[in-house]
Amino acid sequence: MILEVRELTKAFGGLKAIEEVNFKVRQGSIVSIIGPNGAGKTTLFNCLTGILPSTKGRILFEGKEITYWKPHAITAKGIARTFQNIRIFAAMTVLENVMIGQHSRSKEGLFTAVMGTTTFRKEEETIKSKAFEYLEFAGISGYADVLADNLPYGCQKRLEIARALATEPRLLLLDEPAAGMNPQETLELMELIRRIRGWGKTVIIIEHDMKVVMGISDWIIVLDHGVKIAEGTPNEIQNNPDVIEAYLGKEEVF
Amino acid sequence: MKKLIFMFWCALLTLPFMGIRGAAYLFFGIAVSYGFYVALANMFGKIKKPDLPVNMKLLSTALIIFSFALPFLVRDYYTDVAILVCIYILLALGVNIVIGFTGLLHLGFAAFYGIGAYSNALLTTALGLDFWSALILTLILSSLAGFLLAFPSLRLRGDYLAIVTLGFGEIIRLVLNNWDSVTRGPNGISNIPSPVILGFEISSLKYYYYLVLLFMLSAAFIVKRVQRSRTGRAWLAIREDETAAEAMGINTRKYKFMALTFGAFWAGLAGALFASKMHFVSPESFTFMESVFVVCMIILGGLGSVPGVIFGSLILVLLPELLRDFQLYRMLALGAGLVLMMIFRPDGLIRSRQ
Repeated sequence: MILEVRELTKAFGGLKAIEEVNFKVRQGSIVSIIGPNGAGKTTLFNCLTGILPSTKGRILFEGKEITYWKPHAITAKGIARTFQNIRIFAAMTVLENVMIGQHSRSKEGLFTAVMGTTTFRKEEETIKSKAFEYLEFAGISGYADVLADNLPYGCQKRLEIARALATEPRLLLLDEPAAGMNPQETLELMELIRRIRGWGKTVIIIEHDMKVVMGISDWIIVLDHGVKIAEGTPNEIQNNPDVIEAYLGKEEVF
Repeated sequence: MKKLIFMFWCALLTLPFMGIRGAAYLFFGIAVSYGFYVALANMFGKIKKPDLPVNMKLLSTALIIFSFALPFLVRDYYTDVAILVCIYILLALGVNIVIGFTGLLHLGFAAFYGIGAYSNALLTTALGLDFWSALILTLILSSLAGFLLAFPSLRLRGDYLAIVTLGFGEIIRLVLNNWDSVTRGPNGISNIPSPVILGFEISSLKYYYYLVLLFMLSAAFIVKRVQRSRTGRAWLAIREDETAAEAMGINTRKYKFMALTFGAFWAGLAGALFASKMHFVSPESFTFMESVFVVCMIILGGLGSVPGVIFGSLILVLLPELLRDFQLYRMLALGAGLVLMMIFRPDGLIRSRQ
């Protein structure tokens, strides 16, 4: 088990965005988290990555408790994420964006930079070539020197994934990666996610596009109003009456 | 339409000191030359815009050579102005790290400038240290001030940070103004000695200019290098999106501290050089206006761009000197310049990126 969430609760004042959620994620799997809008999916991601402090409960990553860690420490530990509304560094080039991802995997500081020492230059070179590899992996290496802001939408989404991969995570969280993509782009995205898993990484995605969810998930977790209402394989979820109710409302029986 | 507004605006601004006729001439002058430009453009197809970055290296080499030859080419008065330009560039480089790179709107940088100037003044006069050992202590002190003032202010973001730092700037000035027993209050400290290198006193303008120029050039070099390093990238990431930066593994708190400390370091250096050049410091030189002036420099030149900062400081120090005849309208011209900038080149004269 790479990730274990125990009775996780996040409250904003009186409103409980997530309530006592329990789940486990197996190493090397692709897990989808689905649910209607406002179900608490993104809040769950924010808690997992430390951007929001959890109110109660525990988060174990590779058996180690990370519940109240700072976001940068969690990233350094091996969890990376993308954002629902794209948050790239708009005024930096595509390559620089991915180089930022390498931050926690490098260590040169202010003084070696001023001196321009050989170790500093070597590390810069490594960061650059690694960043380029991640760009190639995501299929956008042709844009390396373009300002991130000038990228087409679909490529910006890929850039976010490349940047997250550059932090060399073992667990990758993708928040609605297929949102706003056309069917062709969606297919390519699914392929990309499979390749990421092929690298031995575990992926958790939040997604509304059921084709994506049913197509690539090994396991699906359904949230509604902050509570986990079901989990299981795609097949089980498709036939689960609770899930159908949450999505479509209760069936009237005469 | 934009052009029309521009012409009208120029005319309106020059109205007070050129009279209605002069303003009208200016208005039509711009209109005619613009018409001429359009006609030319139509005749020869699109007029190619000069490609700036290509010649940048050549240009900067030429400028550096020119700056070394400067004292031999111009009157002493202009060497004096050039020294001031270099000191302001140092200060602006420091502010640029905090505002331009890291995106923290700090409006109290005159405080670090003042701390640098006063510690140099006090260490050399009251304690009788020589310039160089005083300088080292000054740099440590001003960096430390930057570090300590970061504690309370970095909990805040955006506008709130601006207000709080503005307050800090004023507090430091008031302390300098009222701590009579140490700073001698509004009377200031005089008789600050000139720097001495190997028994040679740098008292003439020329030599002092070279000293300041060397400091300035090495500062520009160092800041540029840091900008392109892992640290510089982390700062930029924080400016662009703090939450995303944090999620990418950057300890934002630590890097903000670093930015403020590093920025205060350069401001302290500028202050120390200012003190030993003027041989006199008083709280008047470190008011809120000074902070605003430096922020104007970096906005004018281009936030986050080192050549831009240098250019911006150059213009904003030179312009008031050149406009000496129009004393009253200096601030007006400055304001007008900034407004025009915001309309036509919102990223500054030299953008950090094309």
